[in-house]
Amino acid sequence: MIIASNVTKQFGKLKALDNVSTTCNKGECIALIGPNGSGKTTLIKSILGMVVPDSGFITFKDKNILHHWQYRDEIGYMPQIGRYPDNMTIGHVLDMMKDIRNKQTALDEDLIQSFQLHNLVNKRMRTLSGGTRQKVSAALAFLFDPAVLILDEPTAGLDPVASELLKEKIIAEKEKGKLVLITSHILSELDDLVTRIIYMQDGKLLFHKSIEALRQDTGEDKLSKAIARVMTK
Amino acid sequence: MKKIIKYVITDILRNKIVLVYTLFLLVASMSVFSLEDNNSKGLLSLLNILLIVVPLVSIIFSTIYIYNSAEFIELLVSQPLKRKTIWLSIFTGLATSLSIAFFIGAGIPVLIYQANMIGFTMILIGLLLSIIFVAISLLATVKTRDKAKGIGAAIMLWLYFSLLFDGLVLFLLFQFADYPMEKPMIAMSALNPIDLSRILILLQLDVSAMMGYTGAVFKDFFGTTTGIIFSFTTLALWIGLPVWYSTRKFNTKDL
Repeated sequence: MIIASNVTKQFGKLKALDNVSTTCNKGECIALIGPNGSGKTTLIKSILGMVVPDSGFITFKDKNILHHWQYRDEIGYMPQIGRYPDNMTIGHVLDMMKDIRNKQTALDEDLIQSFQLHNLVNKRMRTLSGGTRQKVSAALAFLFDPAVLILDEPTAGLDPVASELLKEKIIAEKEKGKLVLITSHILSELDDLVTRIIYMQDGKLLFHKSIEALRQDTGEDKLSKAIARVMTK
Repeated sequence: MKKIIKYVITDILRNKIVLVYTLFLLVASMSVFSLEDNNSKGLLSLLNILLIVVPLVSIIFSTIYIYNSAEFIELLVSQPLKRKTIWLSIFTGLATSLSIAFFIGAGIPVLIYQANMIGFTMILIGLLLSIIFVAISLLATVKTRDKAKGIGAAIMLWLYFSLLFDGLVLFLLFQFADYPMEKPMIAMSALNPIDLSRILILLQLDVSAMMGYTGAVFKDFFGTTTGIIFSFTTLALWIGLPVWYSTRKFNTKDL
C-alpha cells in the first residue's frame, strides 16, 4: 500500500533519512522503533507529504505522492504533539475537520464517546492538558474511518484508562484489515499490537521483519528484550 | 478553498486587533476631515497618515498572524488539501479582512466628505496597499521559521519602503544632480508601492504644481492613460509576484 524507495532527507548537516526503502501492506500493524532522533517522525511526515524528501520517492497505492494530495483522504494521522489553533474550542476543531474532509459515509465517533470528549466541546484548545490534546488527536485520526492509520507515539501522555481504550481501538481497526503504523518507546505496549517491526537508527532503516522472525532471531519472547538485544549488539 | 477562507476570516475577526485598527482609522479620518475646513487639505493629511499606518499594520499583523497559525497550517497540511489552496486561502482571508477594515475605517469617511475622483483613487490605493503588504508579509514568513527573525524582517521591509527608500532616492538625486533624472525617477518610483501610491494621489490634487519640474514630468507621464495603466499594473505585480513566489516556496516547505 505504501512503498518508500531510497528516501533521503537532510536537515542541514543532519541526515534525518538515509536511503530508506520499505513496503507496508494492508492488514499489517507495523511498529516503527528506534532511538530518539533516528528519523521515525521524519519518515512519517514524508509519507504524509509534510516533509518533502531530497531524493527518492514514496508511493501510496501505486501513485507517487509528490504533488498529490487526495491520497491523504485515506490516512488518519495522530501527531506526536497535537498542536491546534489556540482560539478554537474542541467542538470547533471537530466541526472544522468534518467540514474539510466532507465525508459522506458514516463517521467513526467511538473514541469521542469513550474519551467523553462531548462533555468538553466548549473548552478552548489552549486550556487543554497535554493528555486531553492527545485524546482529541486520537479521536480525529480515527474519526473518518481511514484505510491507513499513522500514530506517532499515541499513548504518550494518556492516562492508563485512556491508553487502554486507545489500544483496544487500534486492535479493532487492525482486525478490520487496516494498515496501522505506530511509533512508540513503550515497547511492552506494542507486544500484543504489532505484527511487524521496522527498526531505524541514525536515519537508516536497519531491518523490517515480522515479530515472529525477530523473536526467533534474538531468542527473546518479549519485544522489549528482543529490541534491547538488537540495540546493544 | 472557501471553507478555509471562512475559518481564517472568523479567526481574524475573533482577534480584536483588526477591530481596533478599523476604529483607529475611523477616528483618524473623521477627525482629520472635521479639523480641516478644506476637504482636499483634509485628504492630504489623511494620505500622509494612511501611507504610514496601512502598510505598517498590514505587514506586521499578517506576519504575526501567519506565525501564530503555524499549528493551524500544520494541521491543514496533514489533511487532504492542496498546499496551494491552504496558502492562497490564508492570503485571501488576511487580504479580505484588512481590506474590509480599511474600507470601513477610511473608505466610508472619504466617501462622505470627498465622493469624487480623488476620493475614489485614494480608497482604491488604500485597498491595494493593504493587499500588497499582506503579500509581502507572506514572503517574510515563508522564508524563515524563526518568528523573531520573520517579524524583524517584516519591520525592516516596512522601514525600507517607508523611509529608507526615500533616502536612497534623495541620495541618488544629489549624486546625479548634473544629469536629467526625471525619467529614471519614474522607473525608480515603480520599485516602491508606497511612493507610487503617493505620486498617484498627489497628481490628482492641486499640490502637484508645487513639485516643480519633476512634478511636471510626472504629470506628463502618470497623468496619461499609459501612465495610469503602468502604475496599476505595477501595483498588481507587487501583489502577484510575492504571492506567486511564496506559494512556490510553501509548496516544498518542510513542516
